[in-house]
Amino acid sequence: MTDQKSSLLKIRGLRIEGRADEKWFEIVHGVDLDLRRGEVMGLIGESGAGKSTIGLAAMGFTRDGCRISAGSIEFDGMELTSSPEEDLRMLRGARIAYVAQSAAASFNPAHKLIDQHTAAPVQHKIRTRRESEEDAMELYRRLRLPHPEEIGFRYPHQVSGGQLQRAMTAMAMSCRPDLIIFDEPTTALDVTTQIEVLAAIRDIVDQFDTAALYITHDLAVVAQMADRIKVLLKGDEVEEADTRSMLASPKEDYTKSLWAVRSFQRQQKPPAGAGETPVISVSGVSAAYGPVKVLDDVSFDIHRGRTVAVVGESGSGKSTAARCITGLLPPTGGDIRHNGQVLPASFKERSKDQLRQAQMIYQMADTALNPKKRIGEIIGRPVAFYRGLRGADLKKRVDELLDQIELEPSQFFHRVPSELSGGQKQRIGIARALAAEPEFIICDEVTSALDQLVAEGILKLLDRLQEDLNLAYMFITHDLATVRAIADEVVVMKEGKVVEAGPKDEMFRPPHHEYTDLLLSSVPEMDPDWLDGLLERRGVDNIGEAARK
Amino acid sequence: MKDVLSLVAKRLGLGFVTLLVVSIIIFGAVELLPGDLAEAILGQAATPETVKAMREELGLDRSAPVRYVEWLGGALQGDFGVSLANKRSVAEQLGPRFRNTLFLAAVAAAFSIPISIVLGVLAALYRESVFDRIANVATLTSISSPEFFLGYILILFLSVQNPWFPSISSVTGDMPFTERVFVTLLPAITLTLVVIAHMMRMTRAAIIALLASPYIEMARLKGEPRWKVIAVHALPNALAPIINVVALNLAYLITGVVLVEIVFVYPGVGQLLVDSVTKRDFPVVQACCLVFAATYILLNLLADVGSILSNPRLRHPK
Amino acid sequence: MSTFAIVFYTLMIAASCLAAYYHRREAFLVLFSLTLASFLMGLLGGESWLRTVAIAIGLFFACAGLAYSFREFLAQTLPRETAKIMRNAPLTASFGLFVILVYVVAAVFAPVIAPHGEAEVIGSSYAPPDENMLLGGDQLGRDMFSRIIYGARNTVGIALLTTALAFLVGSLTGLMAATLGGWVDQTCGRVVDTLMAIPQLVFALLLLTIVGTNVVNLILVIALLYSPLVFRLARAVAGNIVVMDYIEAARLRGEKTWYLIISEILPNATAPLVAEFGLRFCFVFLAISALSFLGLGIQPPTADWGSMVRENATLISFGEVTPLIPAAAIALLTVAVNFVVDWMLHLSSGLKE
Repeated sequence: MTDQKSSLLKIRGLRIEGRADEKWFEIVHGVDLDLRRGEVMGLIGESGAGKSTIGLAAMGFTRDGCRISAGSIEFDGMELTSSPEEDLRMLRGARIAYVAQSAAASFNPAHKLIDQHTAAPVQHKIRTRRESEEDAMELYRRLRLPHPEEIGFRYPHQVSGGQLQRAMTAMAMSCRPDLIIFDEPTTALDVTTQIEVLAAIRDIVDQFDTAALYITHDLAVVAQMADRIKVLLKGDEVEEADTRSMLASPKEDYTKSLWAVRSFQRQQKPPAGAGETPVISVSGVSAAYGPVKVLDDVSFDIHRGRTVAVVGESGSGKSTAARCITGLLPPTGGDIRHNGQVLPASFKERSKDQLRQAQMIYQMADTALNPKKRIGEIIGRPVAFYRGLRGADLKKRVDELLDQIELEPSQFFHRVPSELSGGQKQRIGIARALAAEPEFIICDEVTSALDQLVAEGILKLLDRLQEDLNLAYMFITHDLATVRAIADEVVVMKEGKVVEAGPKDEMFRPPHHEYTDLLLSSVPEMDPDWLDGLLERRGVDNIGEAARK
Repeated sequence: MKDVLSLVAKRLGLGFVTLLVVSIIIFGAVELLPGDLAEAILGQAATPETVKAMREELGLDRSAPVRYVEWLGGALQGDFGVSLANKRSVAEQLGPRFRNTLFLAAVAAAFSIPISIVLGVLAALYRESVFDRIANVATLTSISSPEFFLGYILILFLSVQNPWFPSISSVTGDMPFTERVFVTLLPAITLTLVVIAHMMRMTRAAIIALLASPYIEMARLKGEPRWKVIAVHALPNALAPIINVVALNLAYLITGVVLVEIVFVYPGVGQLLVDSVTKRDFPVVQACCLVFAATYILLNLLADVGSILSNPRLRHPK
Repeated sequence: MSTFAIVFYTLMIAASCLAAYYHRREAFLVLFSLTLASFLMGLLGGESWLRTVAIAIGLFFACAGLAYSFREFLAQTLPRETAKIMRNAPLTASFGLFVILVYVVAAVFAPVIAPHGEAEVIGSSYAPPDENMLLGGDQLGRDMFSRIIYGARNTVGIALLTTALAFLVGSLTGLMAATLGGWVDQTCGRVVDTLMAIPQLVFALLLLTIVGTNVVNLILVIALLYSPLVFRLARAVAGNIVVMDYIEAARLRGEKTWYLIISEILPNATAPLVAEFGLRFCFVFLAISALSFLGLGIQPPTADWGSMVRENATLISFGEVTPLIPAAAIALLTVAVNFVVDWMLHLSSGLKE
């Protein structure tokens, strides 16, 4: 058609406003963007950076309550900001397509995949229904979906998440668009599934030489997918560069800090002495939700001053293990010992002191703090409840705790959670756990809802507190970077069983158990050649799901 | 498909059990009378002899469970005993009135269902517009007004000041259909006004929730025209909530009917119920309550079964 | 065409043009459709209809103006935080607040405001209005106006008491069921499902036949029948709260159920519960009025709006509007409360985002 290098999308001075409380606030402050034909650009930034909003604006689309207030968006010579809705509609689906974050929610539950797939080409008169159906099977085959002839005739809820995400990519390809917007297409997936989808997306984009905007918050993912990377922060551009040069030498401080996060790593502590009684010892624990068995003969020990990381994908039983330890889900077999003494199965039968010794920090700080209470009350309650402190003594203790988590007491004591940032809320969660003066803390995905910089701060704080107070941590996570940063010992779980366990340094060194290997090798690295190398090692047809069998 | 059938069967079973429990409540409530039925009917002035004679006449000398089984068995065959007030068979009085009430409800439903669904969808599509805001105020006003207020306003304007419609809806069995509809019109409009308001608000809420789903955004981003987004992507999923709204409001119609029948002196079950309550004619009250409750439970049942059947996840199991 | 019609149409068209000129699209649409509608009304019903339309439009704007001034008044006099919320309130809400205030004043100062006693017979039955009896007499010759004022006290008072009772029972059991879970929750759910399987009004009629009609029975029966609805809402709201991690944290700390309900759950459930109270009040109020209208609710000689409609209903066939006044009083209060509740629901849903 046209010259490969010719410009496809040109955005100049784009400003977008969002409405809140009957007033308009600017959320994107004048962003420029250039995309050539066949080029993949990665848009990267933390939550609130405005990357999805920009992605949708590239289709001339804004969500309800948003509007484009200034700037121009030129797609292949056509100005989108001033085009009538009808012209934009002819463009959408046909020449610019969209792949959403959650395929499960973005496929209409009432129609079969194939009906949704063929809608756009038939609507835009690019293909007949028959041609489009045949084309769909071809695309499904290229995207390595199982049973390509048949899978399209299923309903969305009959297909797994990773497959749906690929089917949605196929749907975006149905009209062979010039540009596809990928809006965090793998964020909701487990790492091993993520690989399949990443590889499929990259292949198909290569094969048809489609340009793409790849939106994500994950640097390692974008490194695999994009030719160029643009970094965004709170609706402003930070910098843009070729992927390799960006990874090798980021210029701006903010970008450097994003890169640096991954470098935090603590030395593994020496294993506890053989004769030492573990703080928490889980032995042969099994558990079930009704008839569904979710834990099967799980055993591990947690020693004073050490961190045990429990890793696994969703459904592996790692959170259930925590629920058994806290007594929320009484196990059906096995027992849990605290300093050598067996704990009652249900938390209702445990003594106040036993409850005090094991505390918990949650993933979502938003739901972990009562929104109607002041910080002083939230942290003060365990102090008053367990130690019976009142009045000035209580206030003094809460101030100490706030100092410990590096928040200024006079500033935070009287605030409510909604006035705090995500990281500050998570710190309050930590302070509440510390207020009980426990020996043992369960950290359930404590950093996965946070932006990377903030997450690092939390990890460092937890590490320092462990040093100061000789705490034992059980760290539940699916993120191996976090494991590498903070763990002393690692327990790998899959389908309710412990697959492998051991000191961190050993776990990250081959030889591994087969599943551990799959898990470890599936975590994207910051090397642009990583995915290629991995696919080569595994064999193209042998990725993800296939390798698991 | 098997899952759906078993779900529906389960729901039907639950409905049946509920009906049974409700019949026990309706029967048992009368047993809670201070003293007993005979004393309640005859009053304090009655001599012990007359009370005893009355007891025998009513069969009160037998135990309550026995009488319950007899009552329920009779009711299932359409026999509700005899009225205390006029000694006539309850079923004979109830039958034609029940048909009248159903007719009134049907006329009201025929008006209100199409109008309110169309208006509700429009209000959802053009939300926050003038139309939506006016509709919001109008429906709130209509919901807030007692049925008798609306009824008397209609009588005042459409039957007293402008003698267009009769203010008293005396329907008889041998009336021709058109005349019957004409006579029923005012009470039907009154009911319609209230039910439209409810149904429209519920439809609007259901559609708005639906339009916020990601698959609607996806359809728009695929460049599908607006009508197609609504007809192909929103409506099939809106079926469940709309079926639910319709059935719930039909159930509401059945109770709203009581007041409207009184205002327009319409010979339906509601009027019979209120009359019998004033006369403390227990067999009739029990029969009316059972009929109302059964209809109500049936409609709620339909609502649930409808939404089970229209759920694609249940219709096409894995 | 009469002068009135000419003046009326001229004003309507002028207003529409003004709106169009100043690009007030919405105002224009409303005004012009009103104009078109009044053409139709004029053709259909002649001048008398036109006058009715004119009065309705006038009333509407009077209410809007009143609501606007009252909102300004509140925004000026209230403390800063509340004033800010008030300033953003829709006109319907401030209208609702104003009406509620008027009813409260009428109810509290009824003996002062009413010129005559509640059950005092003054003139002949159905006496026409004069300066002694502002709205004329009722079927026994009692002063309508005074009885309407006293009605505010009786009808609203009883409805309020009933709602409070239903609310106390419903929300407490609802919160308990959600917090305790397990069999308590299951049992409560079953009982409530069964109670709600019988239409409320019909159930009320059945129960009142049995226990007899007096005020205490009325309150107890209605409260019993409406508490399941409150239970459902409280259960649903609390159900969303108890799954929160902060509740789990409190449970694991070893807190008692009572502390969980009062200190952790209740503060988060207040907003929807208050809105629910308003909503339930409307339903209870309408139900009691309906029963009174049927002659089975509040009994004479107590002045009550529902029974007043029934007692004077015959007047309607003579084209009198008097019986409609108490009915309108019922409607106005429910509308007002609904407006305020609607606004509160909007506020609480807006704050979540």
